[in-house]
Amino acid sequence: MLNNILVAIGITLMYSTPLALAGQGSVISEVSGVVNIGIEGMMTIGAFFGTFVGQRTGNPWLGFLCGGLAGAVFGLVHAFASVTCKADQTVTGIAMNLVGPGLALFLCRLFYDGATQSQPVDHKIPTLFPSGMLHGAAKNLNVSWTTIIALLIAVGMWYVFYHTTWGLHIRAVGEHPAAADTLGINVYKVRYLSVIASGFLAGLGGASMTLGVVSQFSPTAISGQGFIAIAAIIFGKWTPHGGYLACLLFGFFTALTVLFGGSVIPVEIISMLPYVATIIILILFVGRASAPKANGVPYEKGSR
Amino acid sequence: MAAEVSSGYAVQMHGITKSFGSFYALTDVDLDVKKGTIHSILGENGAGKSTLMNVLYGLYQADSGRIYINGQEVNIKNPTAAIEHGIGMVHQHFMLVDTFTVTQNIVLGSESTKGGITLDMKKARQAVVDLVEKYGLEVDPDALIRDITVSMQQRVEILKALYRGAETLILDEPTAVLTEQEIDELIQIMKNLVKDGKTIIIITHKLKEIQASSDVCTIIRRGHRIDTVPVRGVSEDELAEKMVGHAVKLVVDKTEAKPGDVVLDIKGLYAKNDQKLDAVKDFNLQVRAGEIVGIAGIDGNGQKELMQAVNNLIPASAGTISISGVEIQNKTPRFGIDQGMSIIPEDRQKEGLVLNFSVYENAILEKYRDPNFNPGFTIDRKKMMDFTEGLILQYDIRPDDCGPKRAGGLSGGNQQKVIIGREIANDPKLLIAIQPTRGLDVGAIETVHKTLIRERDKGVAVLLISYELDEVMNVSDRIAVMYDGHIQQIFKQGTVDNRTLGLLMAGGSYDGE
Repeated sequence: MLNNILVAIGITLMYSTPLALAGQGSVISEVSGVVNIGIEGMMTIGAFFGTFVGQRTGNPWLGFLCGGLAGAVFGLVHAFASVTCKADQTVTGIAMNLVGPGLALFLCRLFYDGATQSQPVDHKIPTLFPSGMLHGAAKNLNVSWTTIIALLIAVGMWYVFYHTTWGLHIRAVGEHPAAADTLGINVYKVRYLSVIASGFLAGLGGASMTLGVVSQFSPTAISGQGFIAIAAIIFGKWTPHGGYLACLLFGFFTALTVLFGGSVIPVEIISMLPYVATIIILILFVGRASAPKANGVPYEKGSR
Repeated sequence: MAAEVSSGYAVQMHGITKSFGSFYALTDVDLDVKKGTIHSILGENGAGKSTLMNVLYGLYQADSGRIYINGQEVNIKNPTAAIEHGIGMVHQHFMLVDTFTVTQNIVLGSESTKGGITLDMKKARQAVVDLVEKYGLEVDPDALIRDITVSMQQRVEILKALYRGAETLILDEPTAVLTEQEIDELIQIMKNLVKDGKTIIIITHKLKEIQASSDVCTIIRRGHRIDTVPVRGVSEDELAEKMVGHAVKLVVDKTEAKPGDVVLDIKGLYAKNDQKLDAVKDFNLQVRAGEIVGIAGIDGNGQKELMQAVNNLIPASAGTISISGVEIQNKTPRFGIDQGMSIIPEDRQKEGLVLNFSVYENAILEKYRDPNFNPGFTIDRKKMMDFTEGLILQYDIRPDDCGPKRAGGLSGGNQQKVIIGREIANDPKLLIAIQPTRGLDVGAIETVHKTLIRERDKGVAVLLISYELDEVMNVSDRIAVMYDGHIQQIFKQGTVDNRTLGLLMAGGSYDGE
């Protein structure tokens, strides 16, 4: 029994990590007032570059960082389109979601002799304890360092949001950009940095999937996690802590698919669980949650 | 015209010109504000008052002209620079973050920190408490903005400026959103601030408040400075004339009404509000062709629900509403329009216009079905444009090239002109105007009142609903007092005074004639 619970916790933490990282990315962008529906695409490109660099250099940490940077580049493009060019943010986000997987697959075929999967990395991101140190049921809790990083980032984000000037500025810009502007806060700069950070975190989320959970890139490595992360953030009422906990919940649903795989319930039904849960939770909560007021609205100086 | 540059002036703006494209919002405007005074800037909607202040606050850059603060020439390129020069601005639409506390809003952008980025909210809160006590601007530093009243929010805006060390405060139409009592309190606050050595510039078009609050008044008309006068010794009529450019009668001129047949006939009407309670109760009223009936009453006595029921936006739970004998209750809004009813709604931005549509499109919102504009499947753009240009000319809607532009970009008075023009172009039998002059300046108010009377003289039945007693008293031929969902009593114009009406509006009774 205890063993089963620990297994469930271990798998939940493992699968919630990419969600938690990408979710924090979603929070920072949306709270600053830019809808980032392109999290999925940013995760995919992060997943590819993470694996690619990790595999070629043999250093998974360097890969992890590069996955984040690749996402950040996508974030920069999204910021340019939605902040500077005032494009429709949903459309830009959809473009991210089309370009991300497409580019990742293209590069994968380019670098891996036409294969749609990368070669596996030699070293995944290490677990908390060296293997062999823990015994018995406790082994299940030997999570990847990425899980710890995700937790630290969530705590850090919470601190930044509610205890620092940066957080106050990000929230003000997302709620009432004109107010922030009249007080000398550079709305464009805050939004740019937030969206780039959003891409970086989504990239880390993608890389944590292919360097922490599985060990290679494939076109299905990221399949909906970005959207689930966005849903989790809505459920978590656009707060870093609420979002983190919601990501754990969605990670738990994914864990259930693993735990119940091979039982009497057909695997196809079980695999639907995280997605069905997403839809149900969105139906129940999306209407009630209150998004940052200026979310999705490009800011124009002096408009009435 | 302009005063000599001296440190006795808190603000001097000399030769300010500002254009937007081909439109000159300000032309060679001078403004000299003495330290320690309350200086009002008077002008019609769209005259350039706000533009001038936005230049001073660094939101716009002037094309030419100089600005001096305390006798020193300064370059104000953004609000941050304005704040550094001791200028604070309270915008007409508050710049407050709803979900933040009072303290967070006040310190936003100039936070006190521990070690650079960590907020020191304790210190911030203390600073706010100190300011609150110093100037008697009572407000709870821990309350969320969305939980406090509009007048409290305004105090937060003033505190925001003071927190940043403002010596000169710009208030952009500060009284538009306040009740009478709150206005008195605000004027008192302004006087306290001046006593403490601050200087206040107030943008307004309410003559009464200038008299009550200001020392000096600068009048701006169509982007030009007309005059600067000491307020003491100047009458309201004189100020109004300078503002509008021609003599303005604050009392409405009209002949005796010649009422004809009954057009609007409401009998025993009941309607419910959002809380499912009866807001309109046994309401009876007739409006005849060629007369203006004004409904006087305090906001919240069922006027809103009455109009929604007449407009078929909510059901009538009992009773009848007829226009020239045709019952229109519990049908569709279109049915009422087809019977010859036109409505100038209370909230021009929410109910009157689609702000993101062009003025052209707004002008034909009710006529898109008219074969004249819609011969087949498409709208005849040429006709739509010609029709709108006609309205722009007839009602002097400014700027005169606004046709293809967003209606939301027009000033309030010009938005109202678009609506009035559109409604009257329907050639209604019945014209209903709800708060038609809310937020308008004297010149625009006069236009609206004249238009209502002109329609009356054409034989239209006019129903006016207003929360401003003076307006109802001045314009109406008959005055009906509405209280708690029904008509208390009806008077002919001139047979009753303000006090009696005020008493009835508050639920009292009156036995006299």
